[in-house]
Amino acid sequence: MKVQLKVWRQKNRNSPGKFVIYDSPDLNPNMSFLEMLDVVNESLASKSEEPIAFDHDCREGICGTCSLVIDGKPHGPHKGVATCQTYMRSFKEGDQIVIEPFRAKAFPLIKDLVVDRKAFDRIQQKGGFISVRTGSAPDANSIPVPKDNADLAMDAAQCIGCGACVAACKNASAMLFVSAKVSHLGLLPQGQPERHRRVKAMVDQMDEEGFGACTVTGACEAVCPKSISLDFIARMNRDYLVALAKGDAKKPAAGGA
Amino acid sequence: MATLHSNVPSGPLATKWENHKFNSKLINPANKRKYRIIVVGAGLTGASAAATLAELGYEVQNFVFHDSPRRAHSVAAQGGINAAKNYQNDGDSVHRLFYDTIKGGDFRSREANVHRLAEVSVQIIDQCAAQGVPFAREYGGLLDNRSFGGAQVSRTFYARGQTGQQLLLGAYSALSRNVANGGVKLHTHSEMLDLVVVDGQAKGIVVRNLQTGELTRHAADAVVLATGGYGNVFNLSTYARGANTTAIWRAYRRGACFGNPCFTQIHPTCIPVSGDYQSKLTLMSESLRNDGRIWAPAKVGDKRAPGDIPESDRDYFLERMYGAFGNLAPRDVASRAAKTVCDEGRGVGATGLGVYLDFAESIKRLGDEKIRERYGNLFAMYHEITAEDAYKAPMRIYPAVHYTMGGLWVDYNLMSNLPGLFVLGEANFSDHGANRLGASALMQGLSDGYFVLPTTISNYLATQAPSKRPPVSHAVFSDVETDVRNRVQRYIDGKGKRTPGSYHKELGKIMWEYCGMARNRTGLEKALGLLGNLREEYRQNLHVSGEAAEWNQSLESAGRVEDFIELGELMCRDALEREESCGGHFREEFQYTKDDPEVRNGLVNPGDVKRDDGRFAHVAAWEFAGSDRPPILNREELKYEEVKMSTRSYK
Repeated sequence: MKVQLKVWRQKNRNSPGKFVIYDSPDLNPNMSFLEMLDVVNESLASKSEEPIAFDHDCREGICGTCSLVIDGKPHGPHKGVATCQTYMRSFKEGDQIVIEPFRAKAFPLIKDLVVDRKAFDRIQQKGGFISVRTGSAPDANSIPVPKDNADLAMDAAQCIGCGACVAACKNASAMLFVSAKVSHLGLLPQGQPERHRRVKAMVDQMDEEGFGACTVTGACEAVCPKSISLDFIARMNRDYLVALAKGDAKKPAAGGA
Repeated sequence: MATLHSNVPSGPLATKWENHKFNSKLINPANKRKYRIIVVGAGLTGASAAATLAELGYEVQNFVFHDSPRRAHSVAAQGGINAAKNYQNDGDSVHRLFYDTIKGGDFRSREANVHRLAEVSVQIIDQCAAQGVPFAREYGGLLDNRSFGGAQVSRTFYARGQTGQQLLLGAYSALSRNVANGGVKLHTHSEMLDLVVVDGQAKGIVVRNLQTGELTRHAADAVVLATGGYGNVFNLSTYARGANTTAIWRAYRRGACFGNPCFTQIHPTCIPVSGDYQSKLTLMSESLRNDGRIWAPAKVGDKRAPGDIPESDRDYFLERMYGAFGNLAPRDVASRAAKTVCDEGRGVGATGLGVYLDFAESIKRLGDEKIRERYGNLFAMYHEITAEDAYKAPMRIYPAVHYTMGGLWVDYNLMSNLPGLFVLGEANFSDHGANRLGASALMQGLSDGYFVLPTTISNYLATQAPSKRPPVSHAVFSDVETDVRNRVQRYIDGKGKRTPGSYHKELGKIMWEYCGMARNRTGLEKALGLLGNLREEYRQNLHVSGEAAEWNQSLESAGRVEDFIELGELMCRDALEREESCGGHFREEFQYTKDDPEVRNGLVNPGDVKRDDGRFAHVAAWEFAGSDRPPILNREELKYEEVKMSTRSYK
């Protein structure tokens, strides 16, 4: 099969970008979408044209490196899969496929289809953890966790941090991403001591990074490759309200030895 | 010749680690912050090491070529992590995990390291549960377990089919916490391109910023490599596309010995290759072998659909050949059995390179729902890739490159023969011998990172005066940077015709054909000739697009592929030298035949690997001797104090 690609090309964030049209070489419907791009890139290189830069790594839907907005949809036509798990059999002979980067103010462009998603790391650094020093943990079975809670925490923890939720949102909101982490830890007994401090710190950093507000359209859930549920946003909002109501913890009186 | 001291502590096996911890040097808290440690890589091992070293008070600089530490390929480990918790009360113990692992490795790992691994395994689970890793649980709220290959107990902890992801996110959260509090300085999109050795000791690295192409020098009191394995030398593997050997290969070229480079793991249950365009092979977790039965048609050329082949015409070959372990035979054994079946012409699918992994019986016994709960994401992944429904028809699987047991040589302290250079996780050679058991990679990665290195590194640092590391203005730093700059420029200036990707494919085909699941002298000698030519052609005919001072994926590949070609030669050389079969290293000349007493006694099958403990009970540690000279072979004899090297039997 052959398809036509309409691809966003941009040398770097300071240069203007534009769409460029390429006719693909002959393809096999069993190729993954990224393998199709590999083949296109090999043919560009053989003509001494510069290959299309795109992010990818594990190619099995778990590392969250691949991105791409394909025909207007982050991660392409199918629900619950990442771009790397999208196959050419989902397209028809002669289709024109439009490929763009994830666009959001908080994800500055690096080149062509590659964007910088470090904002997510900075949010995690503000509170996406349980403070437990190596070696200080009690026996793993000393804290039972109800299976339902553990399973729900796992549903949230599956987030691969790709940023599709942000790319799909008209406001470029990162609420689904942040709520997944907040809920994962907040659902577990180990996560309780820092629960409210965590949600406040992470939400504040999210705002700081320039992600937009959530109006609950659900576009994020629809494109999430792990089908993370919108319910987690509601859960996070509850936690955030409680955190606000509690206010900042009082500073303890100065101590000394 | 390099000097290789394993530095294994004296005393009984079971108390070596305890004694070593007590005898290890301590550094006082006020001095710790004066030591800077570079950690390269932020997978399970790098992230856990960086976080723990920072908690101890060292100044840590962490370098990652990904945009975020959470992308490292540890994320893709599916099935689980072993630990000798004995929560199932099924007879497990530290000693049993130790013995299973050393036997699984076909008695080619270092005894004391493996025992330590088994001891530390229990602490890992505690640590991860406390971090909030959502392990699978029973209704009582306690942790659940399942079984993995090479073991007859249930000691594998798991988080659905995404255990690696969840453990990595745990380590990443610990790392993030230490980045926030200033203990770790994180450098993302930063690829180590060379090691700086000053007066025989590792004191820094040279790094390329992948966004800007800028080269920078970084000095430290010690350098820790946690950069993973090198299975992408085969091009097609279950590794992430970015996984590469450059960090450890550059360290090898600077003097670190490379241990057992030919020890490669071929995983039995991967989705078969479908075409030449393929960039990646996808693993179907070993955990599936808990409930799936592996079979092939009993008759050559039986092209009926699997559902039309009656029981009497099926060969459940693992159950037939290895009764005691059956479908849970270790990976090397299961892979070779599948290859044998396909070589006999009984393979299935369009290419004939595949066997069935069948869930029909388990679905009948447990129901769709239970199977979906256990393996839903794997069945979904299989469906995405093949467009087939494994609830209705069996999966087709074939072996694929999955892990490398070889790696840089390290002593008991995880320090290489270059003082100051520590190597952890898959990047070192130490714990898995000639074959790694399932669910042991995560265990080793976290053991090295959380518990071993943070204790042992002080033995080296205590010999170095605090705040006395050489400055980056030192002449050696500038020499190394010049080397790297020239190398980058050589790629950019290349006016050839072929892309790095096309060479990588050719390299992979050579390696898979001659240094893959079955090896022999003729083939390996042929491969060495082919690889020598390939290396020469690479220097003459390479085409790299774009410029040096920008985001340039073609340039990134150029360096990685050249290092892979050189490594491929070393692997073939090592495989040629090792005239025995052991674990994943199968030399066709050395296998059991029907006349051997072990076969007649029912211990092994004809065709099983035949070790030669008299000549090869050692680690082959290769030392670089210059680009135009063959490498030097050093040997570390493997002395077993408590375990007897015996014939590995899974029947």
